[in-house]
Amino acid sequence: MDIFIQQIVNGLVLGSIYALVALGYTMVYGIMGLINFAHGEVVMIGALTALSVINKLAGSGLPGPVVVLAGLAVAVPVCMATGFIIERIAYRPLRHAPRLAPLITAIGVSILLQQVAMLFWGRNYHTFPAVLPSAPHQIFGAALTDVQIIIVLLAAATMSGLWLLVNRTRLGRAMRATSEHPAIASLMGVDVNRIIAFTFVLGSALAALAGVMVSANYSTAHYHMGFLLGLKAFTAAVLGGIGNLGGAMLGGVLLGIIESLGAGYIGDLTNFCWWSNHLPGGTGAGLCEQFGDRGFLGSNYKDIFAFFVLILVLVFRPSGLMGEKVAERA
Amino acid sequence: MKPLANLLPHPLPPAAAYGGAALAALALAAVPFVLGMNFGNSWVRIVDFALLYAMLALGLNIVVGFAGLLDLGYIAFYAVGAYLYALLASPQFGLHWPLWAILPLGATCAAAFGVLLGAPTLRLRGDYLAIVTLGFGEIIRIFLNNLNAPVNITNGPQGIANIDSMSVAGHALEKPLVVFGFPIPSLYLFYYLFLALAVLTMFICIRLEDSRIGRAWVAIREDEIAAKACGINTRNIKLLAFAMGASFGGVAGGLFAGFQQFVSPESFGLLESIMVLCMVVLGGMGHIPGVVLGALLLAILPEALRYAARPAQMWLFGRMLLDPEALRMLLFGGALIAVMLFRPAGLWPSAVRRREFAASGNGT
Repeated sequence: MDIFIQQIVNGLVLGSIYALVALGYTMVYGIMGLINFAHGEVVMIGALTALSVINKLAGSGLPGPVVVLAGLAVAVPVCMATGFIIERIAYRPLRHAPRLAPLITAIGVSILLQQVAMLFWGRNYHTFPAVLPSAPHQIFGAALTDVQIIIVLLAAATMSGLWLLVNRTRLGRAMRATSEHPAIASLMGVDVNRIIAFTFVLGSALAALAGVMVSANYSTAHYHMGFLLGLKAFTAAVLGGIGNLGGAMLGGVLLGIIESLGAGYIGDLTNFCWWSNHLPGGTGAGLCEQFGDRGFLGSNYKDIFAFFVLILVLVFRPSGLMGEKVAERA
Repeated sequence: MKPLANLLPHPLPPAAAYGGAALAALALAAVPFVLGMNFGNSWVRIVDFALLYAMLALGLNIVVGFAGLLDLGYIAFYAVGAYLYALLASPQFGLHWPLWAILPLGATCAAAFGVLLGAPTLRLRGDYLAIVTLGFGEIIRIFLNNLNAPVNITNGPQGIANIDSMSVAGHALEKPLVVFGFPIPSLYLFYYLFLALAVLTMFICIRLEDSRIGRAWVAIREDEIAAKACGINTRNIKLLAFAMGASFGGVAGGLFAGFQQFVSPESFGLLESIMVLCMVVLGGMGHIPGVVLGALLLAILPEALRYAARPAQMWLFGRMLLDPEALRMLLFGGALIAVMLFRPAGLWPSAVRRREFAASGNGT
């Protein structure tokens, strides 16, 4: 049971990070109907920028949280600038082009960003220095570090802030109007270009935050981390219903928990001995003897859960958990 | 012998068509000799790979270009074909099947995987389909990477080595063939085999394009609902597109395994899928000569850059500023963006598509 709670907690932490990245995807999709493939790379840029600053300041005697905040303070503007430039160069000129064109430029941008990051930071893994306390707290039998608690709380706070911004401010109203119908929004006096640029910048700021969190959580970062993270976050966005902010948050947390439970239990579930111990009458004991006490699939398969979830969602509920029905025409 | 003339854009009088075809065949046959004598055999190898990519791109063109179904996991079918060859013709299981038995099996197997992917995703379109196919490609790769325990099937990340070479008409292609006392190196032999199969693939694609099925694919691409209303069984036709495209990938994969004599999951990453998609899109989606051009360009140019990067930087800056591999990828990424910004229909689009793009450019 302890393992179960531990996996749930780990999943919650991971899920908060997915949710932050998923928000970036879902906001852009909601406003432009476009998958920003390069978003994962923005997370990577954020993580590596923050790590460089944190590593520089780690020996200076400043308190740990201040060091991390300084890293964040540099990473956020860098990512915002990256997001702004990406939109300007790769997406704005293609707003009326067929859908494949921006997808290809997005792939081009993510290759470019990865290579630039590689030239800048090298091919090796950068470690997150031990500036934050790492002694675990015991909560309901699960071990939880300060970093993990901060991640969950900060993610929740950021998402509430975002929700307020979108639903309670003039700017948010303009964003919602643009996503509803850009042409009519512009007739109502909304500067659509500015709103779209703002959406990219906002998503990139969240990506920077997520990048710092993910490197603090795994205490490592490298130039190739963006791709898989981005893909999983996109899955989370689709799971929740793409274009829907609440959906992205829910989808992120759910996906984190599914992945973490899956990684924790797949070994048992594909192990005949585990089944024969748990099923009434020891069914499958023969198979247990034949194959030995080990799972067919280990936690090295954890990355495929996201994809299976994605495929299942798209097949059975293409509009996601909280999304509205997608129109027939693409 | 009529179909040969159909390969040319405008039907020529038969004599001229045969003369042109003979000239083209001669020129193509001379390519490895010219390259090998002037630049070394590594360039023949690059051209061999370029021909494999041309086959892959033609296969993907059926799915993306004709039927309009965006597939980002196409390399999975290539992997299926390659691993099938590797398992059936290597010491891994002690099987040594002949090439002509494996290739059709590889095509069938890949087609089955294509249907497996296509069936649950029939209702999806556009971006969603792209992401699901991407996930499918990754799932296949992760399985290939991990299926070495508890039962060793794929040998995991180490891959399968010592794969049998292909043999055609009793001659193993890994050895040079002696004709009239003149040895033809094995890389050249592979070139001729791949060239023959690439031309065959192209021929099949051209015939498919003008067939009932090909027109049904285009109809689905243009408007699925209208196509359905016209009596096209969209489900079967879309599955057929997936299966056809996949089977081409499977054949190319088998050839790859026999050529390289080594396969590992590393060769089948997402970047490869993207590379093939870029060949199709940059060349001109749905236009067969454009797709072949895109494949040859994207397969050969980066290699040329790899060779040119060092001397060019030495000449420009007097020292090496950038690692050639990084420079190659930087230019690749930049080229993707630039081509899409300035020629969104591709480098060599079909006349119809070019007109459509011109019209939509004025319209909005």
